[in-house]
Amino acid sequence: MPLESRHLLGLQGMSQPDIQLILDTAISFREVLERPIKKVPPLQGKTIANMFFENSTRTRFSFELAERRLSADVLGFQASGTSVAKGETLKDTARNIEAMKVDMVVMRHSASGAPHYLSQVINANVINAGDGSHEHPTQALLDMYTIREKLGKLDGLHVCIVGDIAHSRVARSNIYGLKTMGAKVSVCGPATLMPRGIEKLGVDVYHHIDDIIPHVDVLNVLRIQLERDAGRLFPTIREFHNYYGITRQRLERSPKPITIMHPGPINRDVEISADVADSEHSVILQQVLNGVAIRMAVLYLLATRN
Amino acid sequence: MRLLLKGGRVIDPVTVRDESLDLLLIDGKIEKLGRTLTSTSVEVIDLKGKIIAPGFIDMHVHLREPGFEHKETILTGCTAAAAGGFTAVCCMPNTNPPIDDESVVRFIQNKAKVALSGLVDVYPIAAVTQGRKGEHLAPLAELSAAGVVAFSDDGDPVFDAELMRRALEYAAMYKRPIIQHAQDLPMTKGGVMNEGFTSTELGLAGMPPIAEDVMVSRDIALTDYTGAQYHVAHMSTAGATELVRRAKARGLNVTSEATPHHFTLTDDAVRSYDTNTKMNPPLRTREDIEAVRKGLQDGTIDVIATDHAPHSYDEKQVEFQAAPFGIVGLETAIGLSVTELVQKGVLSFYQLVEKFSVNPRRILHLPQIQIEEGEPANLTIFDPLAEWTVDPSTFKSKSKNTPFSGFRLTGRSVGVINNGQVYWS
Ligand SMILES: [Zn+2]
Repeated sequence: MPLESRHLLGLQGMSQPDIQLILDTAISFREVLERPIKKVPPLQGKTIANMFFENSTRTRFSFELAERRLSADVLGFQASGTSVAKGETLKDTARNIEAMKVDMVVMRHSASGAPHYLSQVINANVINAGDGSHEHPTQALLDMYTIREKLGKLDGLHVCIVGDIAHSRVARSNIYGLKTMGAKVSVCGPATLMPRGIEKLGVDVYHHIDDIIPHVDVLNVLRIQLERDAGRLFPTIREFHNYYGITRQRLERSPKPITIMHPGPINRDVEISADVADSEHSVILQQVLNGVAIRMAVLYLLATRN
Repeated sequence: MRLLLKGGRVIDPVTVRDESLDLLLIDGKIEKLGRTLTSTSVEVIDLKGKIIAPGFIDMHVHLREPGFEHKETILTGCTAAAAGGFTAVCCMPNTNPPIDDESVVRFIQNKAKVALSGLVDVYPIAAVTQGRKGEHLAPLAELSAAGVVAFSDDGDPVFDAELMRRALEYAAMYKRPIIQHAQDLPMTKGGVMNEGFTSTELGLAGMPPIAEDVMVSRDIALTDYTGAQYHVAHMSTAGATELVRRAKARGLNVTSEATPHHFTLTDDAVRSYDTNTKMNPPLRTREDIEAVRKGLQDGTIDVIATDHAPHSYDEKQVEFQAAPFGIVGLETAIGLSVTELVQKGVLSFYQLVEKFSVNPRRILHLPQIQIEEGEPANLTIFDPLAEWTVDPSTFKSKSKNTPFSGFRLTGRSVGVINNGQVYWS
């Protein structure tokens, strides 16, 4: 069964079989990554443009590596700011790149909905590599893959996402994906970093981290945007760390071990203490490796859909 | 001009009239009014089933000239107004240069006089503050003398409470209202749509409804203190509507307007990331729509105004957050109002005419139009039953930025008559 959509714009509305298919397909690509020769041919002759309108070294590298491992031809495009600041519109940029006969476009953009707009004005398959505060579907897919790898399942698990939920595309995609796969999802953070009506997505909202820790199987700890939020949305970094930082001391109060995830890059000793990030329950580096496999699976499934 | 309008339903709240009458118009005047008029050498127009009303005025229009002629000009804006059933518009001062000086007022007046030979009256609204910067008062007395009908920094609020107080006091000497674009700025910084569950799902920065409510609340207190005249532009929230209702009950000189898009669409429309659903104030929730409709019904909201805000195709062909705020409204106003308000039992046609003609003129201290023998013919004629599909490519406006493309509407302008000029849609 091919994927329902020819684009990957988000996990909202993506069916359970489609998510299952991506996760299962990633298993074989994950295995490829363990081989001495880590390259397979399925995307030979396909051209993929990576359009990154927002700095993100790791996501860009992860996509590029996935594309090269699948033998695709890769174009890189790095810009910053919105179309207005740049002088050329997103539409013109995309159409110019498409005129070079590109088959797929991977886009990271600071504007929520930018990939949806792009998918309406070009013919190539569009893969959302993170749009504003909206969605980051491949991150959530690799998070789910990593949880399944570590704990053997998703159904029935309790995952808590911690931190700045309001501005997080990782949180939204994880909520959609995990709920579809049968997990229970909670979110925890100060009221000022909770977007309005988030509970209507079927998540429980917590403001005190110690109330939720004993009940969860997984903590997905979000990066705090130090420069943006401190002082207006919460008082100080120190206070945030004291009240929401994931520390060994906090985790020891839980009756069972908790799997620790973080989409990176980490602010050590802010949202997560260094010893927790490096502990045996942390799967942060597995996330990075699995990210390549998940992106290979997504690219492969979209490219071979027809 | 010699016209005999036969069999139309004349609705004129000023002369308290609602009956089928013939009108004989000669040289721009209503020569005769009667049950069955006949006359020789006149053009006879059958208006059976149509409504003849005192000319409609849209008191919230962005004509864009001078400065943004690629979006709209005084000529194209007036043509869109005529096509939409308006014989008058008030134009907002966020032009370049802004309308904060008599010379700009004269420029607009002169252009309007020759556009369509003066068919559409254009009443400029001048800025409250110099350059619309919110720092120093514009020359309100000079601008009043030049003929502006109200003051507004629309697009932005007058945010400084002290300046707003002084503006209210000063404008009141000249019997001019301050029209406020009510929006608390820090609360809405970066916002591109209504804050609520939909903005949470879409990951778009929200503008909370309370940002409108707190500003209206503050302004009502200032109006109370100064005894001045205050008008809320494009009121969109349940909270602000209730505040205005209470202010009116206390006898304050507070009035308000609502736009067709705010009584028709919810923020659900933004789900498509269609930039034609982006305006300020943003589309709100079902509860807000119900409150606005209730406000229109009980008189809390005096006026229907469109906030006609043309933007070129290219300007809207961008990602949602980069797109400018605003949609065109002149050519869909009657259709949306009949479909959403009259057909759904919110307003009668008689009340609709009050919202489109009588009340805005009262707020702006303009002479009322009377459908009476000897009076100048200033008329809006519309078909209350015409069914049509919105096709932006047929708009007379230079811009086509509407979220209503493809909507099936009932009610459409047939034509307008004013200053001896006739325009059939
Ligand atoms: Zn405004």
